[in-house]
Amino acid sequence: MKASVGGYARASDLQHALELLSGSDGLGRVLAGGQSLIAAMNMRLSAGDLLVDISRVSELSGVSDAGDRLLIGALTRHVEIGRNPLIREYAPLLSQAVQYIAHAAIRNRGTIGGALAHADPAAEFPACILALGATLHIEGLTGRRDVAAEDFFQDVFETAIGEGEILTGISIPKTEANEAQVIEEVARRSGDYALAGLCLVKRSAGHRLALFSVGPRPLLARSAMAALDRGDLEGAAEALCDDMDPPSDTQASGAYRQHLAQVLLRRAVARIEGANA
Amino acid sequence: MSEAFRDRIDITLTVNGESVEARVPVGQHLTDFLRLELGLTGAHASCEHGVCGACTVQVDGAPIRGCLMLAPQADGAEVWTVEGLTDTAAIKDLQEAFVAKNALQCGFCTPGMLVAAKDLLSRGGVPSRQEIREHMSGNYCRCTGYEAIVDAVETVAQARAGKGAA
Repeated sequence: MKASVGGYARASDLQHALELLSGSDGLGRVLAGGQSLIAAMNMRLSAGDLLVDISRVSELSGVSDAGDRLLIGALTRHVEIGRNPLIREYAPLLSQAVQYIAHAAIRNRGTIGGALAHADPAAEFPACILALGATLHIEGLTGRRDVAAEDFFQDVFETAIGEGEILTGISIPKTEANEAQVIEEVARRSGDYALAGLCLVKRSAGHRLALFSVGPRPLLARSAMAALDRGDLEGAAEALCDDMDPPSDTQASGAYRQHLAQVLLRRAVARIEGANA
Repeated sequence: MSEAFRDRIDITLTVNGESVEARVPVGQHLTDFLRLELGLTGAHASCEHGVCGACTVQVDGAPIRGCLMLAPQADGAEVWTVEGLTDTAAIKDLQEAFVAKNALQCGFCTPGMLVAAKDLLSRGGVPSRQEIREHMSGNYCRCTGYEAIVDAVETVAQARAGKGAA
């Protein structure tokens, strides 16, 4: 169908965007790449929004090196995440994830900040930044605050971003020597949302394992992480079932999603071990 | 509604190499702007939620979904549709290959297919059939079963590579 839009304003910079948002009487909606929001408006899942188009706010785009962390602007597009040399070197999980996200034409418009703020529980980037232990930077008219990825995703399409606030970027700890990062997922067709997926990061401090498409938000599989730290892969696969309670829907049963997650964990570990062999 | 938010907005862009100025409803899709205001009906409005790829056009050098971009967002952009790509003969070999290989039947998906394939071919080299399938996976065809489309794209990639080497 056609989008139902209540109004539109193009922000010239972040301050302007925040002012527009605060002047929208709660009807404001931030428009970045629009690859989820415009689809939702077309399907009338959202109607009458006052759109604050931030896509021209250049200060929110790009990747920079900040010493031991990588800063990624919220408006950095998926296609750029996939080819950016800093991300390929210091956060390869994100580079790998891009190939699984929708299709080329979508990746040319979609932004990482948009994907995170949208918080689709089946999306790749939210699980990636959870596995990476990223920090999300949020700004409002009253100031800036940082939120850990663990505290950011709250429920289906719900995040810690408050009324009148905008996600401006994320920062990610750079990979250390010998760190391994892999993403695995199962989807019926290329570009579809995953039936189940996971991101595994292996650092000297231990493993971080984030699951997606198995619940209302991406989640850290803490029991499985502890088992992996002990070197017990089978124990980790078993523990996965304690870490999640996936729903059954028309795409897959909960039991099948659990099975897939276990298979994907074994694949991910085999990939890491294969790379080290 | 705050005065800052508009329900119509003026945009200036280039479409198929020509400058265009227009006042558009802010919720209008780029596809509908091209079709209804400019009479460029090559990009098709179909699923209208970004799944089928029939509305694929080229914006600032890259293929995008015309149904997932609002016309106001195209202000300042350089847009190419299948009409312009045809007039400039930019995809002549690709179009001829589609005909020769029976890569279209009803033709509804073809403008989007051509824009997507042009993007892949513009990278040079000869992509594998798997790479072609992956790149075209966001464009649905209900007639051909895709095999002939992959044949056509592969044929052009090989021909262009051969020409380049000669």
